[in-house]
Amino acid sequence: MLEVHDLTVRFGGITALDGVGFSVAAGEMVGLIGPNGAGKTTLFNCLTRRCDADGGTVRHEGKDLLAVPPHAIAALGIARTFQNLGLFPRISVRDNVMVGAHHRGRAGFLTAALRLPGVRGEERGLRAEADAVLQRLSLSHVADHPAAGLPFGTLKRVELARALIGRPRLLLLDEPVNGLNSAEVEEFAGTLSALRDEHDLTVVVVEHHMGFVMGTCERIVCLDFGRKIAEGPPEQVQRDPGVIEAYLGTAV
Amino acid sequence: MSESTQVSDRTTAREQAPARPAATRWRWAAAAALLAAAVYAPFQLVPFHVFQLTMVLIYAVALLGLNLLVGHAGQISLGHGAFFAVGAYTAAILLDRWDAPYPLTLPAAALVAFVLGLAFGVPAMRLRGLYLALVTLAIAIFLVPLLKRFEEVTGGSMGLSLAKPAPPAWSGLAEDQWLYFLALAVTVAAFLLAASLLRSRVGRALHAVRDDEAAAEVMGVRPAYYKTLAFAWSAMFAGIAGCLYTWVIGFVSPDSFVVNLSITLLAGLVVGGLGSLSGPVLGALFVMFVPSISQDINEAAPGVIFGLLIIAVMYVAPTGLAGLAGRAANSIKKTLRKG
Repeated sequence: MLEVHDLTVRFGGITALDGVGFSVAAGEMVGLIGPNGAGKTTLFNCLTRRCDADGGTVRHEGKDLLAVPPHAIAALGIARTFQNLGLFPRISVRDNVMVGAHHRGRAGFLTAALRLPGVRGEERGLRAEADAVLQRLSLSHVADHPAAGLPFGTLKRVELARALIGRPRLLLLDEPVNGLNSAEVEEFAGTLSALRDEHDLTVVVVEHHMGFVMGTCERIVCLDFGRKIAEGPPEQVQRDPGVIEAYLGTAV
Repeated sequence: MSESTQVSDRTTAREQAPARPAATRWRWAAAAALLAAAVYAPFQLVPFHVFQLTMVLIYAVALLGLNLLVGHAGQISLGHGAFFAVGAYTAAILLDRWDAPYPLTLPAAALVAFVLGLAFGVPAMRLRGLYLALVTLAIAIFLVPLLKRFEEVTGGSMGLSLAKPAPPAWSGLAEDQWLYFLALAVTVAAFLLAASLLRSRVGRALHAVRDDEAAAEVMGVRPAYYKTLAFAWSAMFAGIAGCLYTWVIGFVSPDSFVVNLSITLLAGLVVGGLGSLSGPVLGALFVMFVPSISQDINEAAPGVIFGLLIIAVMYVAPTGLAGLAGRAANSIKKTLRKG
């Protein structure tokens, strides 16, 4: 489904990603871990074309992702959430979610201004779909609330709803449980695995919460200073000396 | 802590939920009452006041366009007076040189302003903030000498005088009333178009680009496309307003469209309220009446009073008059619910 090969990204003199390669099979859930500054978010930004690669290839369902403009990523079935939220604060939660389906809509300036029947039908369908997704993630009660001013955990779910309505096949989650308490983390893990089955999702998740990652992911990729230092099933990566060293430092 | 805020959020949201259809109904009722008053007014007022109201409608259409760009797409324009002028001159030249029928000048003015807006929208997609403000200001600055230069077509500094549209005999209306109703019809149509546009996929995309361009792009929104077209549509509404201006005044000259007009329009919009549908109407009332009222207070310094009033309004109501009206409506609703 997703094949990253020898991916290198440099910012000035800093090499954020250094020849990283891994692949994700359809239906899999892969965790991407590593200490702060390891290049996890940079990798996500590369996958969604927010930053350019200096070398290597990224293929999604056989298509070269690095040759695609940023706004065309969504139409290829890729959706993401952001580490520090990428919501639109001044519009309602429902509208935020509906923007997530932008690439599926067709209404243009003229047809929308004239409210042609096709536009009205599309709008009705989309609205119903947004309400269903909001209901699924128990967000119906905030649907008309502006995104600004809601609790962080709620906003994280809004972002997930916005990603889901785009009907992605590949979902990239950047620290989805950051800032949630342990009960909320557990609940989110349950919701996520249910959603995976409902929508046939392939998921790549960046997360620091080890309990969440080890409990939900089938495979873990660990980065440190832009290099992949370990890859494998959770129990194996957990015991990997390189990973332990990256997180805790060496025992002298 | 997050849990307690979440709980309070839920309760307020639940309180709001049943109120929403009622709020929509109120909004429709208010719009209908406003329209009824607008239809009734010209039969009660003296011609000069009818003319003033007509000008309010014209400014409202121009501000509606500017609002699309500034309030909804998050761009800025200090040059919308130029698009207003382009609409006005397009109509005037068509009437003057080719004796074109009046109804034809409206789509022509809209189209010319749209195409020019599209051309200037291309820099708009690369620039932002102060840089965009400067480029658009330049449009407003070079327009006046340009109009004076091409004297054969534009009439130069002397401008062009034209006959106003005459009321048809069947209507039984006086000229000022007929012009008022023409402007009212165009204004209502423009507001309906803008309202539908903003409630659609396009409106959401504009808001998304305004709030977070990078995130919008991940959703498949092309920021450059939406910014450019927002500029063009915004210019088109200004051009339509300009065309109405030509119909109503019957005279255009370069000095009617100096840089001041662009700045007054932007000030009026910000005072009226960015990003709301009532903002342009309130802003238009402000632009039309505040200079003349301040002239009554002190003939020597209408500019000073206009400026001071802008500062005062922004101090009291940083979200504009529309925001102030919204807050007032909310507090009245709350008092009613308590009582």
